Amino acid sequence: MMNTSATPIRTFGEFFPFLIQELKPRGPWLTPFNIISIPVILTGLVILVYRFIHGLGSVTNLTQDMPWGLWMGFDVITGVALAGGAYVITFVVYVMKVEKYQSIVRATVLNGLLAYTFYGGALLIDLGRPWNAPNPYIGNSFGFSSVLFLICWHFLLYMVAEFIEFSPVIAQWLHLEKARKFLKSLTLVTVVLGITLSILHQSGLGALFLMAKPKIHPLWWSPFIPILFFVSSIYAGLAMIIVEGTISHKVFRKLIEPKSHHSFDEMIFGLAKGAAIVMFVYYFFKALLFIHDKQWAMIVDGWGYWYLLEVIGFVLVPALMFAFGFKHRSLNIIKIAAVMALLGIVLNRLNVSVISFNWYADVHYFPSWQEIVVTLMVIFAELWVFRWFVTRMPVLSSEPRH
Amino acid sequence: MDRRGFLKTSLVVGGSALTSNKARAQEQHDPGEFVGVLVDTTRCIGCRACEVACSEEHDMFVPDVVNDGALEENRKTSDKQWTVVNKFKTEKGDIFVKRQCMHCYQAACATACPTEAMKQMKGGPVIWRGNKCIGCRFCMVSCPFDIPKFEYGEWNPKLQKCTMCFERLEEGQKPACVEACPTDTLMFGSRLKNLEVARHRIYSHPDKYVHHIYGEHEVGGTGYIYLSAVPFEQIGFRTDLGKRPYPEYTKEFLYAVPMILFGVPAFLLGLNTLTDNNKPTTEDEFHSDVEGVDDEY
Repeated sequence: MMNTSATPIRTFGEFFPFLIQELKPRGPWLTPFNIISIPVILTGLVILVYRFIHGLGSVTNLTQDMPWGLWMGFDVITGVALAGGAYVITFVVYVMKVEKYQSIVRATVLNGLLAYTFYGGALLIDLGRPWNAPNPYIGNSFGFSSVLFLICWHFLLYMVAEFIEFSPVIAQWLHLEKARKFLKSLTLVTVVLGITLSILHQSGLGALFLMAKPKIHPLWWSPFIPILFFVSSIYAGLAMIIVEGTISHKVFRKLIEPKSHHSFDEMIFGLAKGAAIVMFVYYFFKALLFIHDKQWAMIVDGWGYWYLLEVIGFVLVPALMFAFGFKHRSLNIIKIAAVMALLGIVLNRLNVSVISFNWYADVHYFPSWQEIVVTLMVIFAELWVFRWFVTRMPVLSSEPRH
Repeated sequence: MDRRGFLKTSLVVGGSALTSNKARAQEQHDPGEFVGVLVDTTRCIGCRACEVACSEEHDMFVPDVVNDGALEENRKTSDKQWTVVNKFKTEKGDIFVKRQCMHCYQAACATACPTEAMKQMKGGPVIWRGNKCIGCRFCMVSCPFDIPKFEYGEWNPKLQKCTMCFERLEEGQKPACVEACPTDTLMFGSRLKNLEVARHRIYSHPDKYVHHIYGEHEVGGTGYIYLSAVPFEQIGFRTDLGKRPYPEYTKEFLYAVPMILFGVPAFLLGLNTLTDNNKPTTEDEFHSDVEGVDDEY
């Protein structure tokens, strides 16, 4: 139930002291997470300042043959796949009305919103001329035939949709009951819009590589990359909910109502079943493409073994583990499977976008330490903001916390 | 490209009713309106006057062609030089090959660009416009010839590539490299005329040339076309790029966009209504039910 004892915020004059109060840090400072993340974030910021003065080449290992590296390949292309949970779970809860998963919607949507915000931000870091970033949105320079143009728009619209989906929680935090009811009434429309946009940009991230056909190893390039990216984003989202939910339930245990702990286990079994089915479909599709393109001759070298490791080791095996874990009600096997499935997604996205890109080149790209630090900075910064939301707003439970 | 762009405009943004007109317009696409350069590698002596002329024309790094020994290494165009000449040792002796942007008729880079910074101008030259560019480097990822080069060392980086001297063409002049060439290796003109000349040379000297004009069909046809005495893979050309114009690789996806954009919401809203089993049917009760669910977590 709503916490009715606190007074709603009526004016901006009341809002700002409230906001400042909420922005103040709470809890102990010297936690292991802070000790690791603060230096990483500060170092990352220094690297970014340096990068904007001396150019991308001063901190990255990007070359003329390797225009996209870790920042595009991991932060944007992998990160968005891992944020697929929001559209999957809102589909299940709001379109299919499966109430069993209701209690994880808020956290998942928040995760999706923040993931897109920070990965959109990561895209800005990678742009050579970020001050022109509004160009795809304004003026007469719309590159309608560009897949990236489509993705730019979908990122923006999807963030708006996610924000509206999450906004009832913010209204609840501010005790604006009327606003909350109104925003809540927008949920179904934004969910439908959000799912549609997600289908398009998840597949669109794959479509980015369609024209790079001669540069990507044939085991990873296919005219069906967009469909492969979309299908795999479904199970990536499900696996991410399992992993992220498990961690949240440990870290934020006090914020979660006791009855949710039991129902969460039930949810994991449901998510595992869903993930297993989607992964089998994905695996079948991969196998079909492999057989249809007669690629047997390609699996005899290092690239072939690497491909088999991804498709069997990190798709088929976790799919079987999900199925086994569901049948024998083993949470541990499911959680391991979820981590493996996520690693498989990381592997797949990096294989397409970075590792097998220019696979015939003599010198291969490996990210610089600066690229890795900035990537970690993006992840840690997102976790900081996520923690702030979770500890201030009724994300993991229905009670606002003040 | 303008028409293609327009076609996609209408499809991507809203599947407008204009599509059929634009599609008809696209079919009337006439390659004769394009210009280009014929490069006859059998005539090139490797003097690199084209490199110097290009750099001087565009205020870039001017190589010291007499002393730098650059022909000994296999170079690529760079963010400092839009065109380079390479030497290849073949069974028919040393062959010199000038490389630069191919100016594809359906350019992958221009299709990839989200802001039309890479743009194909009337007549075929593909140029880069700095005021539009966001520096995403998607053009580099998409270009089958790896031509656009990025200034990684600049805070305000440019994409560097050959423009076919677009400004000179507008004034009725030839590209600087063509003008500078002392051996008529380079010939500027309409693409159809260049192809005829190229075929004529092959037919007149069937033993001198391989019977293939690189760029006639590669990636759907390019503005720069090449003649050679030896198979093209021996002089640094990729022969596995295919004849399909690269923008067509993303065409199916872009055509599917309006279908998904309008089909999926219809499907989802229909599904949402149909899954209303066991639920109260009136509007009010439905809302109160959703609210009730909301309060449980």
